[in-house]
Parts: sequence; C-alpha cells; structure tokens
Amino acid sequence: MGDDPGAARADRGDPMIQLRGVTRTFGFGTAGFQALRGVDFDVAAGDFVAIMGPSGSGKSTMMNILGCLDVPTAGEFLFKGFHVEKLTRDERALLRRRYLGFVFQGFNLLARTNALENVELPLLYRGEKPRARRTAAMDALAQVGLADWWDHTPAELSGGQQQRVAIARAIVTSPQVLLADEPTGNLDTARSLEIMELLTRFNGTGITILMVTHEAEIAAYAHTVAHVRDGLVEQNEARGP
Amino acid sequence: MSMLGPTLVLALREIRRHVLRSFLTVLGIVIGVAAVVTMVTLGNGATAAVREQISGLGVNILQVRPGQGFGRGGGGPAPKDFDMDDAAAIRDQVAGVVVVAPLSQSSGTAVRNAANWATTVNGTTSDYFTAQQWDMASGRTFTAAEEQAGKAVCVIGSTVQRNLFRAEDPLGQRFRLRNLSCEVIGTLVTRGQGGFGNDQDDVVLMPIKTVQRRMTGNRNIRLMMVKVDPAYDMATVTASIQSLLRERRNIRGAKQDDFNIFDTAQISQTLQGTTRILTSLLGAVAAVSLLVGGIGIMNIMLVSVTERTREIGIRLAIGAVGREVLLQFLVEAIVLACLGGVVGLLLALVASWALAPMLQVPFLFDVRINVVAFVFSALIGVIFGYFPARQAAQLNPIDALRHE
Repeated sequence: MGDDPGAARADRGDPMIQLRGVTRTFGFGTAGFQALRGVDFDVAAGDFVAIMGPSGSGKSTMMNILGCLDVPTAGEFLFKGFHVEKLTRDERALLRRRYLGFVFQGFNLLARTNALENVELPLLYRGEKPRARRTAAMDALAQVGLADWWDHTPAELSGGQQQRVAIARAIVTSPQVLLADEPTGNLDTARSLEIMELLTRFNGTGITILMVTHEAEIAAYAHTVAHVRDGLVEQNEARGP
Repeated sequence: MSMLGPTLVLALREIRRHVLRSFLTVLGIVIGVAAVVTMVTLGNGATAAVREQISGLGVNILQVRPGQGFGRGGGGPAPKDFDMDDAAAIRDQVAGVVVVAPLSQSSGTAVRNAANWATTVNGTTSDYFTAQQWDMASGRTFTAAEEQAGKAVCVIGSTVQRNLFRAEDPLGQRFRLRNLSCEVIGTLVTRGQGGFGNDQDDVVLMPIKTVQRRMTGNRNIRLMMVKVDPAYDMATVTASIQSLLRERRNIRGAKQDDFNIFDTAQISQTLQGTTRILTSLLGAVAAVSLLVGGIGIMNIMLVSVTERTREIGIRLAIGAVGREVLLQFLVEAIVLACLGGVVGLLLALVASWALAPMLQVPFLFDVRINVVAFVFSALIGVIFGYFPARQAAQLNPIDALRHE
C-alpha cells in the first residue's frame, strides 16, 4: 500500500502525516507555556516541506513531534496510520528506527568515531549483520560523495562534509521520512547549496522531506512551505515541484 | 541478542579511550579483589599450616598430665606425678589403647669437643616414636634391653645433630650431657616448627630409666602420651583412662581429678577455628573496600553519562530503545569491573605468592575464592552500573541532543 514511499502523493489517498488539533504545553497551570495551540497539518508521501517561522514560533516543537521525539499534549498525530500520541517511548523509538531519518543543524555525529561507523549506527540498531552494515554504509557515503572519506572522524571533516555524513546516516536505512532541522544553519552558501541538492535528489527517490529553515532561498527548494507563527500553522502554500 | 557483540566492542573502545581514568576508576575494585583474595589465600595457608603442625602432635593421641587443665591450678598440694606402673596399667587395662609413651623431661647442655648446645632431654620408651609417628632419619630406636638397663644411648633431633656434629655422621659417636656420656644410636627426621612456635627438632631422646636415674633422680612421669586405635571412640577411651586413674590415685566420689586428659584434636579444632574466624574477618574488611570500589565505578559512570549526553541523544533519536542504551552503559560498567577483578586476581596471585614464604605459611591457590571474587566484582559492576545506565536510558532525546 503505502510502503513504497514514492507511490503515494497527496492526491492519491490519505496523507502520510496528519496533525489534528495538536497542542503542546510546557509546564503546568498558569506557568504553562503553550508552544503549539491546535495545529492541523498534513504531509503527503513524497512531499518536500519547508517549515518556516521566527524563533519561538513553535516550529522546533512541531518538528520534535513530527520526528516522534515528543508527543502532543492534546490532539492527534497520525503517521502512516499509527496514532503516535498513544505510543510508548520505546514504540516511538522503534518507529523512528524503522521509518525516519534525522539531519540536525549541529550535524550531531559521534565524535572520535569515523564516518563509516557513524553511518552504520542506525543499521546497528536495526540488527543488521556487520557485512551488510558495511556495504550499505559505504553505499550511502558514496551517494553523498564521501566514499573516500569513510575513515575520517568528524573532527577531520569540514562542516559541509560532516553534514553530508549526517545525511548519509539519515538515508542509509532508506527511511520514508527525512527530518532536517536547519540542515544548512551552520554552513556557508556554497555548502548549503550542496546539501540542498542532495536533499532534493533524495526527495526525488521518494523520500518525504520535512525541513525546518528560516532562510527563504533554502525554503525555495521545497514543494510546500508551512509558516508557523505563535503556535499555529498560518499558511500552507503548495508551490508544486 | 545481536546487540551484545557491538556493545562489548563499544565498551572496550570507550575504556581504551580513557585508559588512565578507567584504571583509576577500577583501582578500588583492583585493591578490593586483591585484598580479599590475598587474605583468604594466606588465611587458608595459615589454617593448613596449623593443621599440619597440630597433626605433628600426633593423631588420635591423648596427653595425660598431672594437675587440672594447663598448669597446676590453685592452692593445695602439688598433684602427684605418674609412674611407670600407671603407664603399664593404662596400656594393659584400657581397651583401644595402642601404646602408652611415658615422658620424663629434663634439660641440659650437650657438649661435644668444642661444640655445646642447650637442649631438652626426653626420657621415654620406643613407643614414643609410634605415638608421635616420628620416623628415624638414620640408625635405630631403643631396644627393650637398653630400656630395661637404663643405658646411656640416645636418639637426637636434627637441630641437636646440626649443632653438635655439623656434617659428620653422628651414629656411634658420643657426647656429654651433664654428667652423662651417651652414644648416638639414631637420628630423627626433621619436623620443623611446632604448633606453638617451638622447635620440635631441638630434642634428645633417651630411655626413660636413664633420664630418671641419672638426671632427674626420681621415678616420676610428668606426661603420658596415649595412642588410641582409630576404631575406638576417643571419648570412651578417655573416660576409661579417667576412671582407671581415679581408682589408682584413690580419688573417690565427687572429688575432682588431680590429672587431666587432653585430646590433641581439640587444640587442632580450636586453633583452626581461630584462624578461620580471623580469615573471614579480614576478608570482610577487604570486602568493604570492594564496595568502595563499586562506588568509584558508579561515580565515573555518572560522569560518563553526563559527558556523553549528546551521544545518548543521537542514539535515542536514531531509534535506540531505552533498553539498548541501558545495556550499553551497563556492559561498560561490568567490563570495567571485570577488568578490575582480573587485575586484582593477578595482583593477589603475586602478593600471596610473595608473602606466603615471608609469613611461613604454604601458598595454596584456591580456585573457589578466585572465582567468587571475580563473580563478585562483575556483580559490583552490575549493581553500581545499573543506576547510571538507567539514567542514560531515561534521558529525553530532545534535551540530550541540545546538551553541550
């Protein structure tokens, strides 16, 4: 059904991701702060969504919920038919392991661990055999153009290279959704373009991409742009591929 | 569990990354294990040494002495010593008695040429060698004729032999003891230190009559060694000897014995009990240091969890479940503790091997205590590693990823 990520687009059935009246409150009572105030948001499989908004708008909170790292205080979050808000911590971990890939602003690679081992990490938790891990990880590194750099540790790689390793780590499991939180935030323009080209390419292979950014030229790569302001998704404009 | 292999590799790599820190962390365990194992190993050696020395007193031996218990006790006239007839009566009338060796003790300086040596002289019969299970190194024991006639012949211990004769063959030689010139007819095998630190080999043995006539000047016997047939019950034999002696010494009714019968097995049990208590006491003290070592591990694991918060965040975000993160840190703590255990065991091996001769106890490698100590150190890894590991597993991935 929806197992081939490229098969289903928004117009061909239920969206892959559905947020329904999602709120997220931090703290309790009068001291509580409502970061999300009833978000309704759909993402179709295969889409490339940029989530934009000023800092404090709630886009990070939304990203955390979409990445199954956090759960809504109220409302529903359906991911491929799973009611994520009802899953336990470990069940969400398994969901991430199975369907999601993450790229962070700060790269978040394991220090003192070479590129290959960093990319192998998600496969380790999937219980892949060592040889299969190695092959898949080398393949992923080749896709981001770092096959020759496999034995370098993050400290020995440039920022752009580190982010490419991070992308390799995110796509090595062939995820259905790739979540990128300010993927170009720490990079100069030329590196940013490389990263965006990579993301566009992987989106072309059918991976749904959710990306938080505050730069309009980066958001321009996306098919859909969601504007978040004061805990609500204000605008959801589809630009078309 | 397919994760165990990579987890183990990861733990070892993490430990190797901080060699000095890991070493200092496990130092407590190392010292604890080394202390426990060394204590117990040496304690076992001491127990064995005591057992060995006690068995030197002879097995199934009753020592019969005049007086109550050790020493003479309170006032009143000194209790009467035994004589040869008492010894004969016990041998002939009590069932289960193999031999009775009467002992008449004296002392004097043995002189031969320029050499002289102050020593103990024991007058006894050839039964003494049977009772003591003391073999001859060379020569022979007394003959019945020599015992009857009170001849000036003697069997000497190796200490006396060494001091009087050096490397010479003493058999057939004579030396002077007080006013007596006696001929060496035999030498005893070396026994070494006795149960009370005495030198058992510093002795000259002569027929009892010789000692009585020529040295003590009386016919008294201060000690009888009674060897009992192992098939008989020691308590029964003791009771028989007691009633026989009461009769012979005319002790009636409720009057207390003026002699005592002592079972050497009792000393053995008492002394072994004492060493065992000491060993377990020292072991317990050492075990406390193991506990302290465990706390050291917990401390460093907590530091490690804090340091690696970001790593934990990455792992959790990527899809590690809490249990896997817990396992990772738990395995690391266990590996650390086990390494400490192994180093401690090696240290203990070296220490007890080196210390045993200094303390004059045999070195006895005890597999059981080594296994127990190792398992215990692993257990400490589990116990003290669990709390930090659980903390790691319960981290919130969002906060952990933001951690600096």
